[in-house]
Amino acid sequence: MNGGGWLTIRQGQAADLSKIPALAADGFADHVLAGRARGGRLANLFGRRVSADTIRLYAFLAFDSASRFEVCTTDVRRGPEAQAAPAYPSISAQWPAAQAFEREIAEQFGVHPLGHPWLKPLRYHATDDGSPAPWGPFDPNRAIPGDYPFYRVEGEEVHEVAVGPVHAGIIEPGHFRFQCHGEEVLHLEIVLGYQHRGAERLLLHPNATRSAIVAETIAGDASIGHALAYCTALEALAGSRVSLRAAAIRGVALELERLANHVGDLGALCTDVAFLPASAYLGRLRGEYLNLTLEICGNRFGRNLLRPGGVCFDIPLASAERMRQRLEGLRSETLEVLDLMFAQSSVLARFEGVGALSEQQADEIGLVGPAARACGCRRDVRCDHPHGVFQFSHIPIAVETTGDVYARAVVRWLEVQRSLEFLLELLGNKPGGTIFEPLGELKPNVMAFGVAETWRGEAMHVAFTDAAGKLACMKAKDPSMHNWFGLARALRGMAISDFPVCNKSFNLSYAGHDV
Amino acid sequence: MLQILKTRLHQGHRTTGFPVQLPVLPERYRGRPQLDAAKCPDGCGVCIEACPTQAISTDGGLKLDLGKCLFCTACVDACPEGAIRYTQDYRLATSRRTDLVIGNGELRLAQRMSDELHRILGRALRLREVCAGSCNACDLDTNVLNTVGWDLSRFGIQFVASPRHADGVLVTGAVSRNMHAALLGTYEAVPKPRIVIAVGACAISGGPFRDSPDVLNGVEGILPVDLYVPGCPPHPLTILDGLLRLIGRIHEHAT
Ligand code: SF4
Repeated sequence: MNGGGWLTIRQGQAADLSKIPALAADGFADHVLAGRARGGRLANLFGRRVSADTIRLYAFLAFDSASRFEVCTTDVRRGPEAQAAPAYPSISAQWPAAQAFEREIAEQFGVHPLGHPWLKPLRYHATDDGSPAPWGPFDPNRAIPGDYPFYRVEGEEVHEVAVGPVHAGIIEPGHFRFQCHGEEVLHLEIVLGYQHRGAERLLLHPNATRSAIVAETIAGDASIGHALAYCTALEALAGSRVSLRAAAIRGVALELERLANHVGDLGALCTDVAFLPASAYLGRLRGEYLNLTLEICGNRFGRNLLRPGGVCFDIPLASAERMRQRLEGLRSETLEVLDLMFAQSSVLARFEGVGALSEQQADEIGLVGPAARACGCRRDVRCDHPHGVFQFSHIPIAVETTGDVYARAVVRWLEVQRSLEFLLELLGNKPGGTIFEPLGELKPNVMAFGVAETWRGEAMHVAFTDAAGKLACMKAKDPSMHNWFGLARALRGMAISDFPVCNKSFNLSYAGHDV
Repeated sequence: MLQILKTRLHQGHRTTGFPVQLPVLPERYRGRPQLDAAKCPDGCGVCIEACPTQAISTDGGLKLDLGKCLFCTACVDACPEGAIRYTQDYRLATSRRTDLVIGNGELRLAQRMSDELHRILGRALRLREVCAGSCNACDLDTNVLNTVGWDLSRFGIQFVASPRHADGVLVTGAVSRNMHAALLGTYEAVPKPRIVIAVGACAISGGPFRDSPDVLNGVEGILPVDLYVPGCPPHPLTILDGLLRLIGRIHEHAT
């Protein structure tokens, strides 16, 4: 049962827009907070312009152990005087998990979340109608971070370290500002937006191939995860379901993507603490998993494999058997190196107690994925909101309790083992069915969403149709939207030299955050 | 210690023999598309319709722009005559933007940098990578060249942290408005003479994000490009092949 004023909905279902409860704007925050008191997790919060002066906000709460989501809306409008900007009482004021989402709404539509503790730009762009954001109008000539009001710690021997957007390695751009006292980090502020490409608007591109590829390139290392959430949302709008065979191939691709990234990141963690044998082996093994994906669909990142309606490439029986055998070999090689890594006290000493977050902090921030599970939060879309192949084959949730770099590494290690077992079993018995059925007409005036447990955590795509059954709005959330704040928090009180391992243990997406 | 040695033994030697040994790519790998305009019936343009990035045109014969192509199969699937097919050829890098537009003929692959440049940079090339509005895939498959499997440094090519230590920039991404200033700043910090390498459809033409108001459709017109490496993302082999052509380590041509 939900608490009233919410619509209960599962991924892959389409809901009539008229069935979504609409609240008064001034009671919206309290209503969402009451949902939190019932055990809800803030899975999404976004705005959508429904008329020249009205923005409709949607709040999604996940009740993970009950396998359901709840959604409600509110309309915020301009005040009676022409200048009065649309406003509503902020949720972040009492629930930090909403902080980035409310900044996004303010930046996209000029909506003021009243009482937001730290309202500032998220991605640095103009509002959709050119109206000023709460912090003022957008100036395209001002570079980020520019004259941005960083949080500053004052005092003797306090110093500031600024890095980015261009970093030392081959990585994405972002700006990090550390307030330090000697080696100790008192505060870290992360400024993003450099990778903002306007991807969400392109998800509505009339060329269906183009929009599907945009979904795959929201976060390139999570192409499959995002494509899965995207396809699930569109298939729900059309009321169609893919065959078991297509679902199984999607599952294979999703777990290969997880393996490549977890193995690669564990190797990178070894690089950061100078345990070079494991770093070299794991770096190579990551490539082996990518090459298996290449074998399935001709692209190492799984591009063009998933499409609404199924998959574009089959895994014939003979190749499934070949892949299974290669995975058997890769399993023993990978696990041997990981055993070696986790047996090194010099490695563990650099992981333990570094960048720790408590379970309570994880809940307040709204962490997802391995970062959340490392803090003892039992949440994993594959178990909690199973869809496709995960309805039939279960992967146990991997949890740890210490919430530090060590726990994030161990969770990934466990997930590597479980994904391998899952794959070996799945490739042994591939179900029948056609791999692709074109989607039919989309239902008019509905909303649907898909969630997928990418290797970083929950990705969510929400889709809306208009009265004519045409796609009217797409909203894509990368798990990094939740987790960047966790990384900033985890650095407090650490040494600045702990930043690389801490950062790697989260390995968040800049592109996914910036869309 | 013993465990480290044992693991070392099991892992073996894994560096690719490229470019001496040519690699075997899986059957489904999509390399350079091949066009056969003779098969096109008059007035047919289904591939143009199907292509997500308007990479195909038919004025003056069937043409495909590798700088825009996402290697997605939409055109191949759409064409009733089989006029477009993929080959396994991973060699795609060119020196000029116009060379990326292919017709029936062969692809003019990248040339060695000028003698003058080669004398200064050819034997030890230091690059600063700039990610400017990518999805991160091009960056990852560039970075992979540093792993033991590829061991890029054996060719005298290295990625460095500071642009002041670099001989050029390797750019990925559609050049988001928000990275424009940082890209220019990084380039300016590289001492002259300097080179520019554009990796991936985004950096060459905007890729999937082309014509979004938030991007500048790649580096074209922003920086003078010396090497174009198409793909979405390009396979590491394609990137390596391009880099080795640029420094004159590979010169033979596509057939
Ligand atoms: S493969 Fe390239 S040319 Fe063909 S449709 Fe896709 S993007 Fe266009």
